[in-house]
Amino acid sequence: MDLKTGHKPLFERGSYALARVVAVAVLSVVLMTADHRGGHVDAVRSLLATLVYPLQYAVDLPIRGGKWVADNLSSRRTLMTENERLRRENFSAQSRLERYAELEAENRRLRELLDSAARVGVQVLIAERLAVDLDPYSRRIVLNKGIRDGVHVGQSLIDANGIMGQVVEAGPFSSSAVLITDPSHALPVQVRRSGLLGIAVGTGPLDRLELTHVPVNADVLVGDVLVTSGLGGRFPAGYPVGRVVSVERDSGRPFAQVTVESSANLERNREVLLVWSDQPSDRLAPREVPDVAEP
Amino acid sequence: MNESATRINWAIASSLIVAFVLSTLPMPSWAAVGRPAWVALVLMYWCIAMPGRVGVIVAWATGVLLDVMSGSLLGQHALGLAVLAFIVHQKHQWLRALPLWQQAISVFVLMFGYQVIVLWINGIRGFPVMASAYWAAPLVSTLLWPWVFFVLRDLRRKCVAD
Repeated sequence: MDLKTGHKPLFERGSYALARVVAVAVLSVVLMTADHRGGHVDAVRSLLATLVYPLQYAVDLPIRGGKWVADNLSSRRTLMTENERLRRENFSAQSRLERYAELEAENRRLRELLDSAARVGVQVLIAERLAVDLDPYSRRIVLNKGIRDGVHVGQSLIDANGIMGQVVEAGPFSSSAVLITDPSHALPVQVRRSGLLGIAVGTGPLDRLELTHVPVNADVLVGDVLVTSGLGGRFPAGYPVGRVVSVERDSGRPFAQVTVESSANLERNREVLLVWSDQPSDRLAPREVPDVAEP
Repeated sequence: MNESATRINWAIASSLIVAFVLSTLPMPSWAAVGRPAWVALVLMYWCIAMPGRVGVIVAWATGVLLDVMSGSLLGQHALGLAVLAFIVHQKHQWLRALPLWQQAISVFVLMFGYQVIVLWINGIRGFPVMASAYWAAPLVSTLLWPWVFFVLRDLRRKCVAD
């Protein structure tokens, strides 16, 4: 090729490439802004999430297989001891539930007397989290239940010990949730002992939460249990969130630095519970848990 | 010719799928900071070897999918990968001619730039960023570059040859 034809296309290709990269950079910034402000690109996200779900399922498959093999190869004796233990646990849980039901009924009667709103009923669904590692700087998980199973955005996620997080994206077959330790997550809490209200914000990689804007002289002590306050209406009230592990009161600063350790097992649990609590109902919660939980 | 083009497209797509799987494979949490940027490595190879097929647009679309898969801000990895692909695309002839160890140094510089873009966006959102995050992943990626290079080169040659 000669100089004339060799030189010109090269220049044109270069300028096109620059135009292209600037265009996609602007598009990226627009997307990021829309995503950060929340809610504007959820449809795109859940559509694409459905597309990549098979990949995530494939990554999870060996772990699922390993669990299946372990379940099938465990000896009769192990199963029998486990069965016995579970039976005992179930028995004591059942008796506690009976007492709770009675208290619930009494509570309802008293509330009716006071003419206050009925307490919400609780409905749960067991979901499994997929063993996939996501962005290491945020705290998110993928669940194997989606819109098909009735999951919706904003639903809270708990385990046996407390609040884990909330669903932020629901696809047809899967959903993804942010944990309460995610740096973009905040939830309204209350100190169980003193009744102090606050906001617990996640800190990301540190796996801790922080109480923001707590006055230096506020009544918070190491070891205090935090529960959800139910303000904001996103999370059901009264579930444990965590325990205060350190309180630093520096009189030079306007607020105390309160660090909280979550009570839920955020890193290890495979099974999690999805909670429906937004529809108020007057039925008794523990006795009428609908049987949507899979065995 | 057409058949080999189809084969190359399949090779590119499947190597990207493998990279996606590798980048979400569960690892212990202490190792998470050093997870190599598999998708960026694979894209970089194809940008050097097949600049006519893989460029800024492919890199950006892959990045959007990576954002959805890893739960990061939509557009975060997309921006990083698009910029990375643009630079590699402009310099592909120069990168191709380098001996492997010099290539690896350039890979480190490029990976560092990519990581800085991704982490700065986290910083703008107010996420706490550890200093080790800046160099750990680019370093591991660079150490893996020769291996990725040879595996993908063999794959490409097999697709073109028969």
